[in-house]
Amino acid sequence: MNPFKKFLFELQEISALLGRAIKGLGSRPRYFSELVLQMDQIGVGSLAIIVLTGFFTGGVLILQAYPTLEYYGAQSQAGQGVATTLIRELGPVLCALMVAGRVGSAISAELGSMVVSQQIDAMRALGTSPIKKLVTPRIAALIIALPLLTVAADIFGLLGGGIVANQLYALPASTYMSSVRAGVDIDDVVGGIIKPIVFGLIIGTVACYKGLNTSGGTVGVGRSTTSAVVQASINVIIADFFLSKILQTIFDTTLF
Amino acid sequence: MSLDTTDSPELANGAEGGLILASTDDRQRIVPAIEFRDVHLAFDDLVVLDGVSFTVRRGVAKIVLGGSGSGKSTIINLILGLLKPDSGQIFIDGEDITEYTEVEMMAVRKKIGMVFQEGALFDSLSVYENVAYRLHEERVDEEEVEQEVTRMLRFVDLEDAIDKMPIELSGGMRRRVGIARALVGNPSIVLFDEPTAGLDPPTARTICELAIKLRDLEDVSSIFVTHEMNNLDYLSSEYAIVDENGHVLFEQEGERLCLINTEVIMLRRGKLIFSGKDEQLRKSNDPYIHRFIRGK
Repeated sequence: MNPFKKFLFELQEISALLGRAIKGLGSRPRYFSELVLQMDQIGVGSLAIIVLTGFFTGGVLILQAYPTLEYYGAQSQAGQGVATTLIRELGPVLCALMVAGRVGSAISAELGSMVVSQQIDAMRALGTSPIKKLVTPRIAALIIALPLLTVAADIFGLLGGGIVANQLYALPASTYMSSVRAGVDIDDVVGGIIKPIVFGLIIGTVACYKGLNTSGGTVGVGRSTTSAVVQASINVIIADFFLSKILQTIFDTTLF
Repeated sequence: MSLDTTDSPELANGAEGGLILASTDDRQRIVPAIEFRDVHLAFDDLVVLDGVSFTVRRGVAKIVLGGSGSGKSTIINLILGLLKPDSGQIFIDGEDITEYTEVEMMAVRKKIGMVFQEGALFDSLSVYENVAYRLHEERVDEEEVEQEVTRMLRFVDLEDAIDKMPIELSGGMRRRVGIARALVGNPSIVLFDEPTAGLDPPTARTICELAIKLRDLEDVSSIFVTHEMNNLDYLSSEYAIVDENGHVLFEQEGERLCLINTEVIMLRRGKLIFSGKDEQLRKSNDPYIHRFIRGK
């Protein structure tokens, strides 16, 4: 199969999987406990790395931007720059990439192992739909957890930026905070929440698809895990570009 | 020699010499539990099944023999609806499932127990949770679940392993837990996919005894996919009875009156090359069958 045909085929299969997963929400049985378990594993389990990522990203943004802003005498705007960059772009994208690495790989490896050890076949043989039981709760958990993790990354990013600005460049905390408030409006926050919802959908669907289509034993599990992380990450970055453009058009927010 | 228990005739002689209709139960027994009609399946250029037809009557164990890649496990996947044939028809309890959707197959699968080659136990669930899986899915009361799980684990002689995780079990124990899980809900059909592959002879024998018990004491129709001749020997020469004390005994054919419901089919490269009794198989002049049976 040539690469273009393969791409179209995979797109069709992923869309079909997503369609079945959404359909699974509407009929019984519903696996609410599985959803809660996945939210715990995805959300709570990823919180530490997300907090660290956000904190140090905010810190490094100030570290790099402050000297330039100071050169132009605009150091009081430092908080605004960090807030806009983090909330609109870096928060959602970095968070999604971290989750794609941690959770996307775990989902793909888990489902892939279940495929090669015939556990998925056993589940179907026992009258359970693997889509409803495994795919729907994972995608739903990612859609719910990723925006929350992004908010956590944003908050800790702003905190990290504030600490660096205050401790290394002696910028008063009140100046930083008022600059942050001036730089962020509701459109940024809404946009910063919409993006991770879409990213969660992409990561969940790609990881589940790759996991469920594992073949070739344990080597195949490794292959599908790598493929899930790479494809989810690339798709997140591509989707970010288009989402940014759409959100800019909707909210008319091209400037600070 | 094996004596075949033929299906009840639809019409039986009445007490006064006339003909009366057989009971509904008798008539239902005539309908095969599983039937394949000219089933074809190919993956691209690879022909997996080529015009396979056979029936499995109620209470009968059908042994499916064949080398690796002959299409044995495919038959099981088709019965479960995990694969769909390219052409032909598949019937379960007289119901044509060939074109059934995944949702429709869910109801059919409730009648079927499946024992996978490596057990296919859910790694993240304990033995109890594995065996109780189907009942938990059906939201059955926990007290009832406990009773049923204990009963099934007793059947496979693994009551002590109830709280263990699958990783703590040996290969044979995993298969037996797999059998217990397959039997929950009292399925009328049980499918065994090479359940003794890679097991030591005594454990393999235990698995065969469980299949014999299902056939003779539970009236279960089964398909037993294997390439090991030992399994054929056990299943076609022994039967299970319950003594006065309620203990299950296995007796060799010929010790008493015996009615062994075991039939054999053999596949080669997706084609059905034999269908009949084990004695006929052993007398076959087909060079491939000859070589398969004797291993040389």
